[in-house]
Amino acid sequence: MSEQEQKLSNKSLVMRLLGVVGGMFLFGFALVPLYDVFCEITGINGKTRGQAIYQKKEIDHDRLVTISFIADVKRGMPWEFKPMENVVKVKPGELNEVRFYARNRANEDIVGQSVPSISPSEGALYLNKTECFCFDQQRLAAGEEIEMPMKFYIDADLPEDISHLTLSYQLYNVTEAFAGDSVAAK
Amino acid sequence: MADHHPTGLKRWLFTTNHKDIGSMYLWFSFVMFIIGGAMAMVIRAELYQPGLQFVDPNFFNSMTTMHGLIMVFGAVMPSMVGLANWLIPMQIGAPDMALPRMNNWSFWILPFAFTLLLSSLFMDGGAPNFGWTFYAPLSTTYGPPSTDFFILGVHMMGISSIMGAINVIVTVFNMRAPGMTLMKMPLFVWTWVITAFLLIMVMPVLAGAVTMMLTDRHFGTSFFDAAGGGDPVLFQHIFWFFGHPEVYIMILPAFGVASEIIPAFARKKLFGYSSMVYATASIALLSFVVWAHHMFTVGMPVAGELFFMIATMLIAVPTGVKVFNWVATMWQGSMTFETPMLFAIAFVILFTIGGFSGVMLAMAPVDFQYHDTYFVVAHFHYVLFPGAIFGTTAAVYYWLPKWTGKMYNEKLGKLHFWLSMIFVNLTFFPMHFSGLAGMPRRIPDYNMMFADFNQLASIGAFGLGLTQILFLAILIKTIWGKAEKSSDKPWDGATGLEWEQLPCPAPYHTFDTPPKVS
Repeated sequence: MSEQEQKLSNKSLVMRLLGVVGGMFLFGFALVPLYDVFCEITGINGKTRGQAIYQKKEIDHDRLVTISFIADVKRGMPWEFKPMENVVKVKPGELNEVRFYARNRANEDIVGQSVPSISPSEGALYLNKTECFCFDQQRLAAGEEIEMPMKFYIDADLPEDISHLTLSYQLYNVTEAFAGDSVAAK
Repeated sequence: MADHHPTGLKRWLFTTNHKDIGSMYLWFSFVMFIIGGAMAMVIRAELYQPGLQFVDPNFFNSMTTMHGLIMVFGAVMPSMVGLANWLIPMQIGAPDMALPRMNNWSFWILPFAFTLLLSSLFMDGGAPNFGWTFYAPLSTTYGPPSTDFFILGVHMMGISSIMGAINVIVTVFNMRAPGMTLMKMPLFVWTWVITAFLLIMVMPVLAGAVTMMLTDRHFGTSFFDAAGGGDPVLFQHIFWFFGHPEVYIMILPAFGVASEIIPAFARKKLFGYSSMVYATASIALLSFVVWAHHMFTVGMPVAGELFFMIATMLIAVPTGVKVFNWVATMWQGSMTFETPMLFAIAFVILFTIGGFSGVMLAMAPVDFQYHDTYFVVAHFHYVLFPGAIFGTTAAVYYWLPKWTGKMYNEKLGKLHFWLSMIFVNLTFFPMHFSGLAGMPRRIPDYNMMFADFNQLASIGAFGLGLTQILFLAILIKTIWGKAEKSSDKPWDGATGLEWEQLPCPAPYHTFDTPPKVS
């Protein structure tokens, strides 16, 4: 190979390798939506899916599934937050409603966002919510209290070996970071 | 022309010579090794006995974090790039690296990157304290302000390693002497090419991860923040997608070094050359599908745990091939035990111990006990210190006559080896036991029941640290002090272009006309 050819061939190899580097940098970011899609299809990270629509279902009267509720506030969230019922027993296929209680103990308006998680995670695909406060953010004035409804049904296909699901809500203070327009304002 | 080169500071700032750049990489990594080692001494001093003695817990956490980052990115990786720079052109019969100016740049980024990282030690809120794995939200929501310096430092190190890797690939693909076919290349070159491909595949992913951290911290995104719809577990997936190939990036070149040194001192051809090449490539490929074994306890479904467990255990197969090949190379060889060979044999034995504890950790059900304990610390120090660092040390002793034209003092070299061998085991072996008994990582204080193991480990660590000062003294004595001149071929079993066709020391410019490869 002459020096000229060598230079050209080096250049084209460098370009291809830089292409790999660029591609892998993008792949790192592509992992974010890929991860979400993968988790949504398989339900394995215990996140519930978005809003479900309840159609008249056949109710399985022979089976009772225990659902426990846990509510926590994260650091820096001055709200009282708890389920009004800690445990309910429901029949698969039946539409149920439970309520959560929240009160803003701070002296200012606070915006909250709750994030659900289901354990065991294999059950996440079978707990469908038709209405949930976690679909929206809540803004409470100082001292304001609220009862928040959550409607859900358990899919009759829930595997036989799951008789108990725990639905946990983590409540985050998003007043500054993500509330409404404030994200854009930042 | 033959040996002309500029002198003074300018020589080192502007050099495009692969030998100069290799030397700078090696010295830089030694400086980082000493700094990271000093941090390890702080850690071991604090852990010498239970209770809080010397440093406050936040600083202790900074020490474990910085020790890890500096050893991984500052000591081990640049030392391997330094060896690559010195050896690859000579071993394939090329006059220099293919992209010499980029080579200069990729080295000179490093001092700046590590100045950024080390400066965080003197900032308000302290240096990064979230562990070298910088899991979100520790590094995003709760990270100290200096985290941003860490992020930019990692970006720069990443750019440097990517440029180094591209340079190696282009050199090996385009600059081999006529007749040097791929399957004739020395194994050190092979392992480095495979390492270089790993680097260009995963360093950009790491760059993506720290970029996401940066935007989460300052620009209102929520990749890893559950409050905004993100997921902290996603961070672990992205990090370990980089992190697992990274551990092979640190060890594969050392495999190559052992595959050069053991045949030389056993005076036999390497057993199973092509199986070595394929085994290295298999390890590299498998490294992309095992990352979640670092996170068995995050709450994965059983199917996921099974997949990652089996894929991880599969890696033991090609690794076993390599270990058996090294042993078979020594089998019935006329072995002599000069310092490089001693380090290479210790590498094989101790790396295998680290490999075995790796297979234990790969088993998902038992990993729940080992996770985040000193057992993990023992495991990865066994593959890194007697693995990567003994590998590099063996390489330095083996090629030092080629680089400097002088012979190190064999007595001192052997002393360095035996002290290292004793102290490395005294340091890290007790950690297996304290880990199995439940001692957690990254904690400055601990239960009384772990006191004896920790005392042993600390004594070992102080000895191991001091021993490396002896290494520095040996190097200085050989390079600048009184040392015996080396013959052109000090190791009679050594093979390869650099030993057969070049004198010791190798001239500043080598293979301006390509050598004949038989």
